[in-house]
Amino acid sequence: MTENIVTIRNVSIDYPLRKYTLRAVTNLSMDIKRGKITALVGESGSGKTTLSSSLIRCISEPGKVAEGEIVFYDTTDEGEKEIRVNELSEKEIRQFRWAKISMVFQAAQSALNPVMTVRQQLYETMTEHGLTLSKEQMEERCKELLGYVQLDSERVLNSYPHELSGGMKQRVMIAFALLLDPQLVILDEPTTALDVITQSYIFQLLKKINEEKHISMLLMTHDISVVARFADYIGVMYGGRLMEYGTVDEVFEKRRHPYTEGLIGATPSIIGDIGQMKPIEGSPPNLLDMPSGCVFHPRCPYCQEACMQEEPQTYQLQGGATCKCHLRRE
Amino acid sequence: MQNEQTPLMQLKDINMHFKKPGLQLGSKNIHVLKDVNLDIYPGEIVAVIGESGCGKTTLGKIITGLFRPTSGEIWFDGKKVSGLFDKKINSYAQIQFIQQDSYAALNPVRTIYQSLYAPIKTMHRKWKKSQIDERIEELMSLIGLQPSEQFLTKYPHQLSGGQRQRILMARAISLDPKLIVADEPVSMIDVSLRLSLLNLMKELNAKLNMSFVYISHDLSTTRYIASSGRVCVMYLGEIVESGNIGDVIQTPRHPYTRALIQAVPIPDPRFKGEGKLPLKSMGVGSLESRTQGCAFEERCLYSCEKCFGSVKYVQTETASVLCNNLEAVPSHPIYKTD
Repeated sequence: MTENIVTIRNVSIDYPLRKYTLRAVTNLSMDIKRGKITALVGESGSGKTTLSSSLIRCISEPGKVAEGEIVFYDTTDEGEKEIRVNELSEKEIRQFRWAKISMVFQAAQSALNPVMTVRQQLYETMTEHGLTLSKEQMEERCKELLGYVQLDSERVLNSYPHELSGGMKQRVMIAFALLLDPQLVILDEPTTALDVITQSYIFQLLKKINEEKHISMLLMTHDISVVARFADYIGVMYGGRLMEYGTVDEVFEKRRHPYTEGLIGATPSIIGDIGQMKPIEGSPPNLLDMPSGCVFHPRCPYCQEACMQEEPQTYQLQGGATCKCHLRRE
Repeated sequence: MQNEQTPLMQLKDINMHFKKPGLQLGSKNIHVLKDVNLDIYPGEIVAVIGESGCGKTTLGKIITGLFRPTSGEIWFDGKKVSGLFDKKINSYAQIQFIQQDSYAALNPVRTIYQSLYAPIKTMHRKWKKSQIDERIEELMSLIGLQPSEQFLTKYPHQLSGGQRQRILMARAISLDPKLIVADEPVSMIDVSLRLSLLNLMKELNAKLNMSFVYISHDLSTTRYIASSGRVCVMYLGEIVESGNIGDVIQTPRHPYTRALIQAVPIPDPRFKGEGKLPLKSMGVGSLESRTQGCAFEERCLYSCEKCFGSVKYVQTETASVLCNNLEAVPSHPIYKTD
């Protein structure tokens, strides 16, 4: 088995608008490790949702992958196969989505159909993907999954989405994502609208799924504390670029990139010294009018002459970590 | 404690019932707030923490006078008042509200200047335009949006979320209120900009000696803003624990607070937490099935027969805790700080 489940190589994603073309993701390369939880951290507009939807070719219109290659390493009983996501036909991608890579969307409220019961929706997904199961088998599969996410299946299956609480809907969505035994689940801000206690339960559940079912996960979030607690690998995105990548322990300890350093320093915590926290000055870049050189330089406290003129390359560091900064290449 | 001072605002035994919508027979009222007592002193930051549906926004709306409580008394500045429209206090000018969604809180067809101008003109009928302009200029420099002409002529959609939230703050302080209620003011703001907004609120609190009630579900930002203030933890319409925020976070005493603090992720991978939370179930109880006993009983690991009777506040060394079986609850700190 390959170490990576997905490799993203030099991917750029464009949104052609009437007058300009907006580049949401620029020349990004990243690996998603098999069996691990990889987190992508970034503020709104950093391109993390665009990037993750490109894995299942679900970028919202009119966005498209302009350059680069996304490869999914499929492991089945017959062996291993490389799937190039961009080269699949419409019919193939419909089968690929959800069966190989599924997604838990940010707003579980709006991801479920309000006029269908949970049972109808689960059944529909299975039949649409060509599973030849009898009614009893489908019923059993639904009950098993809902039980797995600690929901009372008798009640939930007959419910319409509005009859469930936010945390329950989110768990229904997780059950949905597991329905076709995917190898990778993309989690797009899965707990943003939920309380801390519910959030903690959801992540314990996801961790259990990751460990017991060996499903790889890609977690998109803006909350770096969640990453510290639950993820194995972390990629930090800013202005459509991957600024830093590495294991969670290493990235948090070394804080190589000035943006990572700022982000960790700007996140309030319930322990430690409050006096040491400080905000990142300035505001996020305008994607239609990107700064020259390094995209972070207008906000960077260590900015030098070279940073304003030349965009740093992505430096490969020991142990597979990367850092996109002129000053921190060791 | 600040007992020598008279509180700016006192809430005494506030109860709030909401009528359940619909015409079902035998439908009960929902008891959203139960016997809430809260004193707010001048210049203080009080934080109200709780899960969604625990009644924290309702409490905020009662403080600002947007809701009238079903029973209970509100005292403001030593006078008993009945709500926002009470002529005794002219409360528009005394208590202000900062909403969560800055986009919805500003009129989209008015410029920022118009949005800031209107409340000042309404309260100070005799002021000339130049006087108001001067005041707006002063406000804009206070909230750090300079040069102000650049922002005043714009419409809300032309500003970023952080800038809009600053405008809301300017509008709230424009009438020199004594008390500001901020309902989740930074929950929709990007992480890198949150801290500067919280700093701004701290600064306004210190400079203008305004009291703040900070309503949130996020303990980390709460600890940051109310670093030396008080925190009230709410669960299903009751304040279950209140005390100095540092003490409550370090050694929480109520079983609910203990679970809450363990659930908060820490931005440091060395603190992964203990895994399982000390709770029986994940679901929040229902407000409709309120009994005489402790509302947290069904989720509590330490519940016993005592919990079915009426619950009383216990005064510990550092906090006031609503629990009948406090001896059974562990009292060691959640995180060891070195």
